[in-house]
Amino acid sequence: MSQRQVLQGVMSLLRPLLLDVVPTIQQTAALALGRLANYNDDLAEAVVKGDILPQLVYSLAEQNRFYKKAAAFVLRAVGKHSPQLAQAIVDCGALDTLVICLEDFDPGVKEAAAWALGYIARHNAELSQAVVDAGAVPLLVLCIQEPEVALKRIAASALSDISKHSPELAQTVVDAGAIAHLAQMILNPDAKLKRQILSALSQIAKHSVDLAEMVVEAEIFPVVLTCLKDKDEYVKKNASTLIREIAKHTPELSQLIVNAGGAAAVIDCIGSCKGNIRLPGIMMLGYVAAHSENLAMAVIISKGVPQLSLCLSEEPEDHIKAAAAWALGQIGRHTPEHARAVAVTNTLPVLLSLYMSTESSEDLQVKSKKAIKSILQKCTYLPALEPFLYDAPPNILKHVVGQFSKVLPHDSKARRLFVTSGGLKKVQEIKAEPGSLLQEYINSINNCYPEEIVRYYSPGYSETLLQRVDSYQPLAN
Amino acid sequence: MREAMATLARLQARSKAVGQQYYFRNSVVDVFRKKENDAAVKIQSWFRGCRVRAYIRHLHRAAIIVQKWWRSYSSRQHYQLVVKLAYYTMKMNLYNEMAVRIQRRWRGYKIRKYCFDYFYLKEYLRAVTETNDAIRDALEEFAEMKEREEKKAALEREEKKRDYQARKMHYLLSTKQIPGIYNSPFRKDPDPWELRLQKAKPLTHQRPRVKQKHSISLTSWLACTSNRSFPRSEILPPINRKQCQGPFRDIAEVLEQRYKPLEPTLREAEPINELKEAREDLRRQEWIRNVNDNMFLPFSSYHKNEKYVPSMHSSSKYGPNSYGCQRFRDENPKKWICPKDFQTVLPSFDLFSKYGKLYSKAGQIV
Repeated sequence: MSQRQVLQGVMSLLRPLLLDVVPTIQQTAALALGRLANYNDDLAEAVVKGDILPQLVYSLAEQNRFYKKAAAFVLRAVGKHSPQLAQAIVDCGALDTLVICLEDFDPGVKEAAAWALGYIARHNAELSQAVVDAGAVPLLVLCIQEPEVALKRIAASALSDISKHSPELAQTVVDAGAIAHLAQMILNPDAKLKRQILSALSQIAKHSVDLAEMVVEAEIFPVVLTCLKDKDEYVKKNASTLIREIAKHTPELSQLIVNAGGAAAVIDCIGSCKGNIRLPGIMMLGYVAAHSENLAMAVIISKGVPQLSLCLSEEPEDHIKAAAAWALGQIGRHTPEHARAVAVTNTLPVLLSLYMSTESSEDLQVKSKKAIKSILQKCTYLPALEPFLYDAPPNILKHVVGQFSKVLPHDSKARRLFVTSGGLKKVQEIKAEPGSLLQEYINSINNCYPEEIVRYYSPGYSETLLQRVDSYQPLAN
Repeated sequence: MREAMATLARLQARSKAVGQQYYFRNSVVDVFRKKENDAAVKIQSWFRGCRVRAYIRHLHRAAIIVQKWWRSYSSRQHYQLVVKLAYYTMKMNLYNEMAVRIQRRWRGYKIRKYCFDYFYLKEYLRAVTETNDAIRDALEEFAEMKEREEKKAALEREEKKRDYQARKMHYLLSTKQIPGIYNSPFRKDPDPWELRLQKAKPLTHQRPRVKQKHSISLTSWLACTSNRSFPRSEILPPINRKQCQGPFRDIAEVLEQRYKPLEPTLREAEPINELKEAREDLRRQEWIRNVNDNMFLPFSSYHKNEKYVPSMHSSSKYGPNSYGCQRFRDENPKKWICPKDFQTVLPSFDLFSKYGKLYSKAGQIV
């Protein structure tokens, strides 16, 4: 017998047990259905097709708390697989009964109901709206204030799932007064609870400036920074996600974060973890630096650039490298001081190698090229630019030579260094079309030096000298 | 004739020579003539040329003078223009220079004062560095504290575990006769487990954990609402019960008596110091409720603020004796049996509390 036939058989066997007289049998049958539906989405579909849901919903309203828990478990198990199944649950009117269960005295029932609502609301905005329309949000906010930690966790995760889809939903959650309670619980020692709370706050803050400001007004700084030092990796990740979502809206919010010492905390957090956990922290530094040059300077003095270049070189994943390259580009693009701060840490050769390597993904190549271009256009730190003369592709070489042509006419020590380090020789070897920008730059560099030096370093000079020796007639004496 | 012929012959012979001489003399003259002619021509042309050259020289001089004057005039005009232009340019350059100085000063001032305060930026960056350092220190401390707490908690858990182990294994303690396994005679000191076993209290049999009931007050016992109390009289007896044979009372009555809820007398129902408690309760409520503790007097007695002065006949310094009315104990405290004061107990009249509620039908009017 195929699995599907087995399933049909099982459903038709379990269904009458749900209507049994003995309450224990009802509860166990519901539990069995829940576990089956939890395991596989085919089984969940079979539960829906077997018309079991209306019966469950009807009896949810009437039975004792064990049955309610088991029935809510079934609804959760069915609703978690796909939006269509969740829609089926909403269509059979389960939301109202689940919301009624949220008002029950037993915390286990509340937890099961909140979990089911959270899984339903997770899929898309319409389902979230349906959950909100059923009046779940104020009850969830009440659930958060309950003393049981498991209930708090589930309620926070449900609020997070509801508010993540759109600004209106997030506003609904905020209007129910959730932010104050969520902010109070950041100090709770339970790690899983902290994860959910930080995730909920970041889903609220990500939509708009007003929501982010409201989250900040709940005085989460500097308490959130202690979460960055937590032992649990996901707490760190969610905390840096929250800070990132706040920082990305406006320069004032970024400034607030920097003033509270957030930049240093995030940089330390990046240093202490590996892999995907670092990603939100890296992006946060990029957003902060992108707003203005003062903030970028603040990131630089908080010792962000060495950390970012470490991430760039040692992370194996391409998307994290791309994020680090982007962040470095944002830091270095403002003024020559910023570019110098980035160039001093020897990141430019790494960026160049990432751009040139064929194994990097397209996104990484694009981002590293943009970063190199934007940093090079402001970089006047010549020792970092010199290696570029040797192995850069032509489109980048143009910028490098342009920078040299801007700096060399004014600085005599730099000119001397340029000659002694072999840069002038390399510049002469560059082939450029006459009339192109590159040729103009080369000409302006050559104008900084006396004629003989330029001729001395031009390629083929030794041959011309030897030719002159050949053609020289010694004076007959 | 011959002479003529001879002369003819001689002449004919000489004719060639004559012809040659004639030609020669002509040509010689011609040679000179040409030469002389050429010379004359040359002299004349030279002279004419000199004359013309002198004329031309004269013309040249005139032309030069005219041109000189004209050129000087036009150059002076031009020069004046040039001077004016140069003067103008110099003035403009000076103005530009001065304007640049003013603009430089002004722009520097404006930027420094209104747009970008460099020192403020430096100060801000310094403040940010300081805040960062402070936050880093604080976070380090926090992390250390967490670690210490965790370690402490771990240690405590370990201790508890070991304690529990020692309590379970207490029978392995060494006695005087038999050294225990942790107290081998070949060791110098006993094993630390030995010391732990000595300190451990043996485990008692685990009593099944009774769930902590919250204390049931008497009133709810009266109502018998808890599951473990007697079932109430609403439970009907089973329907199909066979009627017992014999002069037995009606089964309903029997069951009613058997399952009658408790009806304690007033003496037991109320606590002994109920009156005192009621007074306390009232006082507490008044304390909560009243804003002002003074007793409200009727408005008519506001003017009556004179203290009552009793007359001499009714006042004496010998007041009523409280012994016998309020106090009943001996004057001498040493004679008291127990230091606690006597309590007033509400006297009870049990006579009518059970009237009509007893099982037996004694004394009832049939």
